[in-house]
Amino acid sequence: MKNALGRDVPGQPYLGLQAIKRIEYKQTKSDKEERKDKVHYDLGSFIKTLALEDNMTLSFHHHLRNGDFVMNQVMAEVAKSGVKNLTICASSIFPVHAPLVALIEQKTITKIIASYVSGPVADAISEGKVEEVCLLQTHGYRATSIMSEETPIDIAFIAAPACSPDGNITGSMGPSSCGVLGYAIADAWYAKQVVAVTDFLVDVLDPEIPSVCVDDIVKVDRIGDPDGIVSGTTKITRDPVGLRIAKLTSEFMKATGLLKNGFTFQTGAGGISLAVAKEIHELCLDENIKGKFASGGITSYLVKMLEDGVFEELYDVQCFELDAVESIKRNPNHHKMSAAKYADIHDPDNIVNQLDFVILGATEIDLDFNVNVTTGSDGRIMGGSGGHADTAYGAKFAIIVSKLVSSRISVVVDQVTTITTPGETVDVLVTDRGIAIHPRHQALIDHLKATTNLPIVEIQTLYQRALALTGIPEKTQNLGRIVALSQYRDGTILDVIRQIDNID
Amino acid sequence: MLRRSALFMPGNNPAMLLSASILGSDCIIFDLEDSVSLNQKDSARLLVKHAIETLDFGNVEVVVRINPVSSQEWKQDLREIVPVYPDAIMIPKACKEDVEEIERFIFEIEEEKQLTKKVKLMIIVETAYGIETIVETLRCSRRIECVLLGAEDLTTDLGIKRTKEGHEIDYARAKVAMAARAFSIQAMDTPFTDVEDREGLVKDTLHAKSLGFSAKACIHPNQIDAVHAVFDPTQSEIDAAIEILEERDRALALGLGVFSIHGKMIDLPVIQRAQNIVDLARKTGKRK
Repeated sequence: MKNALGRDVPGQPYLGLQAIKRIEYKQTKSDKEERKDKVHYDLGSFIKTLALEDNMTLSFHHHLRNGDFVMNQVMAEVAKSGVKNLTICASSIFPVHAPLVALIEQKTITKIIASYVSGPVADAISEGKVEEVCLLQTHGYRATSIMSEETPIDIAFIAAPACSPDGNITGSMGPSSCGVLGYAIADAWYAKQVVAVTDFLVDVLDPEIPSVCVDDIVKVDRIGDPDGIVSGTTKITRDPVGLRIAKLTSEFMKATGLLKNGFTFQTGAGGISLAVAKEIHELCLDENIKGKFASGGITSYLVKMLEDGVFEELYDVQCFELDAVESIKRNPNHHKMSAAKYADIHDPDNIVNQLDFVILGATEIDLDFNVNVTTGSDGRIMGGSGGHADTAYGAKFAIIVSKLVSSRISVVVDQVTTITTPGETVDVLVTDRGIAIHPRHQALIDHLKATTNLPIVEIQTLYQRALALTGIPEKTQNLGRIVALSQYRDGTILDVIRQIDNID
Repeated sequence: MLRRSALFMPGNNPAMLLSASILGSDCIIFDLEDSVSLNQKDSARLLVKHAIETLDFGNVEVVVRINPVSSQEWKQDLREIVPVYPDAIMIPKACKEDVEEIERFIFEIEEEKQLTKKVKLMIIVETAYGIETIVETLRCSRRIECVLLGAEDLTTDLGIKRTKEGHEIDYARAKVAMAARAFSIQAMDTPFTDVEDREGLVKDTLHAKSLGFSAKACIHPNQIDAVHAVFDPTQSEIDAAIEILEERDRALALGLGVFSIHGKMIDLPVIQRAQNIVDLARKTGKRK
């Protein structure tokens, strides 16, 4: 069936923003009676005690990022039990999770649900090695689908940087501290069984996940490699072209009139996104503007902006850097938030809905402003929405920043390979060769053309400018089997991702 | 043409050539001279030629700095570059004799290729001889549009140390600015070489502006905004200039030859300066 964006999709098709229906969640575990003696000291023998069955869904969070040991450790033991056809519901999957590929090949794992997948597991999905059709969700919808039990979790394995013997968990303590556990909260409250895996048993006074959620605790030697957990390497771009884009973006933001006291802002950890943050930082200090909050994944630079008084608060769903991990421990205005508080579509007070500006990247953006951050132009999975579609929906201005042409490939295309974020939620594309504003903002376009020197052009003009540099790329058509679905934040299907062969 | 900044870019770097027009500089100078090593001269020349032929630089002025007359390269530079219509050729280490020789050769190329547009010249004075003979040099060719002071080579020629404060080039700056004005040619100031020192750049540019320079060469894209900020008129300057022009119109309508604003007599030079400010404000987009 064709969805509202013209793509043939199975399941519930995306019908546009107007068609989104609200739902309510069932009661959670707050009245549950807690067991005593939750702590186990051997992962292998503990897993043998679990009532594992074929077709179960096991969940994991990704706060330990590319330093995570837990998913590999747990799945290696689970595989020994001989169960098959498991679904892995992980908030994200990184290159460190390469050992899962063998489990996919032996059919221990036959379906993956995630918000972002990169590395060998992404290639395994693209190559059709995963038997069932996988789901690539937004960060918000992952929480929504767990809480609404559309994705019922049988067992949640929660990597716990610090855990008390009765099961109170925090991300802010311990040798593998990651700051926040925002993506694990829905799993903790809604999974049928919750297992904390920790390398730091200690009293936890201010838990993110309370003991009532936790059925068992397994103490292991190490849950992660701190070098992979927080990168510590996010850097503001020094590339003059990237800096030019950042400058144009800040000038656009100022020209909208929304960059004033009380503004709200989210940006990523990419070089250009950070350069935008720096421009905004300097502008706010120069003009004495104080923002209400910045949100999302928190970098060192956003911490600096908080400390300089540019923002009153930070809402943090995951810490990208050590400075953020330290800040959240000591700064009362640096708040932890769950993925649901961040971006659950059925929570009208969620943080994304309060955003004025979000700065986002794109692998491709098409003439209808649909954005792809899920696959390359060859259809190979190389990421996923994360919070892209959530924040684009919520923010008053979803601003895509990108070089128009990078490595001889245009970011503007006539049709994106995979729709991650519908164009009706994207507002602006800022490139080095011009700014395109979605035509639904015609009044703003007229106003900015009349009052500023911003290089505002139609997206078709940017496309033509790119083609003048790159030539017209040859079209490819992929009729391979559907290996994954791009799922919107209301659970409807935006697009399909097809099998590709011969990944190097 | 609006020319507050001119960004030097090595001619042998394809990525830089590709992004040259989007960095915000009013003018870009593709360099075939000092920033290109001897064994790269051919490829730089061809790259720049094809870039000018192929890429759309929009409103950005495109200038090519050729190798000096003392080199083996300058004729071949001109043979390749002049026919693709750059906005201007920049002549390094300029003096009257070199400019005349180059202009003769350019003329030959233009005749031979039957080029429909004459290329303009920009010259760099960067030797003691060049500074002391600048008036003769500027007089020798009508093609010269802009003269750039090259302080690095000049101080080397003088055997003195180049400093951030720049007192050692005060004489040269004053001489270049004065001579350029005498021929209604734009004076462009030497680059500020510490690309991380924005404060120093602004100070240096303000000093050059106070001597009569209306543009500054840049050696890094991050210098462009600061240079523009110095040469752009401020809002209060624009407002005052508009007031003067409006009063002038009123006075003209009333048949008055002279008039005053806030008790100050307004005469022709003041009106001309006000007109210059408003014209510049329009060009820079500060006034629509």
